[in-house]
Amino acid sequence: MVRPPVYLDYAATTPVDPRVVDCMVPWLYEKFGNPASNTHAYGWDAEEAVQQARVHVADLVGADAREIVFTSGATESNNLAIKGAAASHSARGKHIITVVTEHKAVLDPCHELEQHGYEVTYLGVQDNGLLNLESVRAALRPDTILVSVMLVNNEIGVIQDIAAIGMLCRENGTLFHVDAAQATGKVGINLQELPVDLMSFSAHKTYGPKGIGALYIRRKPPVRISAQMHGGGHEKGFRSGTLATHQIVGMGEAFRLAKQEMAVENSRILGLRQRLWDGLSLLDAVYLNGDLNQRVPHNLNVSFEYVEGESLIMALDKLAVSSGSACTSASLEPSYTLRAIGRSDELAHSSIRFSLGRYTSEQDIDFTIQVVAQELARLREISPLWDLAQQGTDLAATPWASSAAGKISA
Amino acid sequence: MKPHSVTLEDHYRHPRNVGSLDAACVNVGTGIVGTVAEGLVLKLQILVDPTGIIESARFKTYGCAAAIASSSLVTELLQGKTLDQALAVHNSVIAQALELPPVKLHCSILATEAITAAVNDYKGKQE
Repeated sequence: MVRPPVYLDYAATTPVDPRVVDCMVPWLYEKFGNPASNTHAYGWDAEEAVQQARVHVADLVGADAREIVFTSGATESNNLAIKGAAASHSARGKHIITVVTEHKAVLDPCHELEQHGYEVTYLGVQDNGLLNLESVRAALRPDTILVSVMLVNNEIGVIQDIAAIGMLCRENGTLFHVDAAQATGKVGINLQELPVDLMSFSAHKTYGPKGIGALYIRRKPPVRISAQMHGGGHEKGFRSGTLATHQIVGMGEAFRLAKQEMAVENSRILGLRQRLWDGLSLLDAVYLNGDLNQRVPHNLNVSFEYVEGESLIMALDKLAVSSGSACTSASLEPSYTLRAIGRSDELAHSSIRFSLGRYTSEQDIDFTIQVVAQELARLREISPLWDLAQQGTDLAATPWASSAAGKISA
Repeated sequence: MKPHSVTLEDHYRHPRNVGSLDAACVNVGTGIVGTVAEGLVLKLQILVDPTGIIESARFKTYGCAAAIASSSLVTELLQGKTLDQALAVHNSVIAQALELPPVKLHCSILATEAITAAVNDYKGKQE
């Protein structure tokens, strides 16, 4: 029997925790009422379950339940926050600031707004993946109405200094949105203390079901954004559409478990990640992408030199990981995040993202190190670049090299 | 990812004739084509016997699975061929044998360019 690949792609999605599934099921079967049906017990029960879930979500992030609006996921939350803020505040200005390493769910709404007369500044990052606060300060203008910066990066797992960036926004009278899709259950979030106005959440990155998320909208001081979904005025008018009780209950339970188990789980995962990096860093010409310390414990993103990305990803078919290579995509462009931290095309193409999670075991890690070491050696045996490197040849001086400028040694 | 043909998979997982010949030897022709920037560098070497027959070939490739498979297949195809026969190997032969999808045809083209480069290098040494 072929063993399924070892799952190390938790940053892409997570399995729904069985405890979460158990909570969801009754709301599909007997308790199927529409939470908006306020004339009978079917509706009242559903409404109460939604409210309870709302509290669980709020509790994880130090918010008030009234500040939580349910959406279909973090992508929708990002769209609501960005387009909603832009529409509401356009009289005050049409300048938005974000970062080149944001998820497409932030970048694409920004591109869309540019088609409608908004101006967007895309800030670069340092080689460790972190924003330089001075660049934020320098970019803020009187007509800047929104800044959007993700708390945890999906590719390299680095943690931005949201508190400091938020302070700069406050001083400038600018709204601050944070995409926290990769952050819940991985880093502590306390919106009572963080100067953040809008924050996006995803359930399926935190052992909840896909298709449900939330947007935090601050009440004190109150934040105004325009709804993007109309039709019934649900969620205080911010997001119309019948609430999916079972999904919301799932997200609530997932976030409740995250709050309960985060400290212990993260400590265990940090140990596993350290074990993985200890094993991989012994290999030659292997580079860590992004800051090791300002990083969630779950993420390890590594470039492997002298082997091509697609062949590497194929060689690692016993692992479920993701890569910075786009060899099989139409555009043949490597990861924009890795390019943004200064990696050459070659190193960006040959990167692998390992993301650990709740069900990752020590055996998984040891197996991974073994597979990577084995396949890397095999591919390097086949690689003429590895040969040249072993001989001490400067690749950049050869006619068949790319420009080695921009390659960074760890 | 689209599934590869059985032949391609085989050549990728178990490539034939990986290695190097002595490039300084007068009976060896060496061809290196491609660039790191395009994600494909192919080094092909041929050992030619006194009668002008390719006795053996070796390759080293930096590139995707299709590139590695193309290189491996080429070293098999070249064995026992004359230099003229080697130059006549068309990329479509490689592409068909490996069932290369359109997006990977350039791997087979580069492989035939490597043959030309290796043969020319050998011929240059005989003068």
